[in-house]
Amino acid sequence: MRFGVLRFPGTCDEVDALHAARRVGDAELLWHGERDLKGVDAIVVPGGFSYGDYLRAGAIARFSPVMESVIAFAHDGGLVLGICNGFQVLCEAQLLPGALLPNTNLRFTFRQVDLEVVEADTAFTCACGQSGVSSSTDVGESCQPILSIPAKHSWGRYYADEPTLAAMTESGQVVLRYALGQNFNGSIEDIAGVRNEQGNVFGLMPHPEHAVDELTGSTDGLCIFASMRLAVEGARV
Amino acid sequence: MRARVLIRPKAGILDPQGEAVQRALPALGFEGVENVHVGRLVELDVQDPGQLESMCEKLLANPLVEDYEIVLASG
Repeated sequence: MRFGVLRFPGTCDEVDALHAARRVGDAELLWHGERDLKGVDAIVVPGGFSYGDYLRAGAIARFSPVMESVIAFAHDGGLVLGICNGFQVLCEAQLLPGALLPNTNLRFTFRQVDLEVVEADTAFTCACGQSGVSSSTDVGESCQPILSIPAKHSWGRYYADEPTLAAMTESGQVVLRYALGQNFNGSIEDIAGVRNEQGNVFGLMPHPEHAVDELTGSTDGLCIFASMRLAVEGARV
Repeated sequence: MRARVLIRPKAGILDPQGEAVQRALPALGFEGVENVHVGRLVELDVQDPGQLESMCEKLLANPLVEDYEIVLASG
């Protein structure tokens, strides 16, 4: 299992993303100016401020050469994970529904958040809540796994219009929600992470790659990467 | 030709920047101000103004959450 982690000018979380991916497989960086995805099994679009977030977060990165290949890869069914700025890029690329808007508090906010795994049977969450994958993952009252993961952004308010939200809910595309009282950015319906209709593209604002080591307080983020490995290797069998 | 593209949050979408400005104005003694919205201005010289709409749809605005208005310089 080999992950490709994109790097744009202004990306800053690619090293942690590489580190997290290497906990479950191999990983290498892919430069924004290259079209060759080097045969990787899955793509991670990491966090940061691609192209300085000029115009709108993700608006310019979405047209970079590497994204042309990522869009084709996603259309062929390849797994694509977008974290924070990566989520914004995937929404701008229309690989995911909706958009990210400035936080209602108008501040860059950095805090640990609890996330409810609404859909536990996806290529990005199938390992969440399983013993042995993440030692600290709790199971919430509703038997849904709860992930404790840091979030840090100023443009993280998820928005989609009513018909889109209804269709997403109907087809299980809302994968993660902020737990009660944790929705600090004003996201509609507490949405923290969504997938596309086909289920192979997923984006979230919080940072699973920053929660893979006990040293930083939580290893709950690891299950996102472990899920992707399960999905890729399961598909090969 | 000189063109201006005015981009603003779509009606009905919460605009916290506009709200913050609206709250700040009365504090400075400016009363009777409502419906404040903060958007972006893109100014550009274009050879073919017919392409502006497509530029807005593809890059300058996000039509999901923003409205845009194209203003061509007269004369």
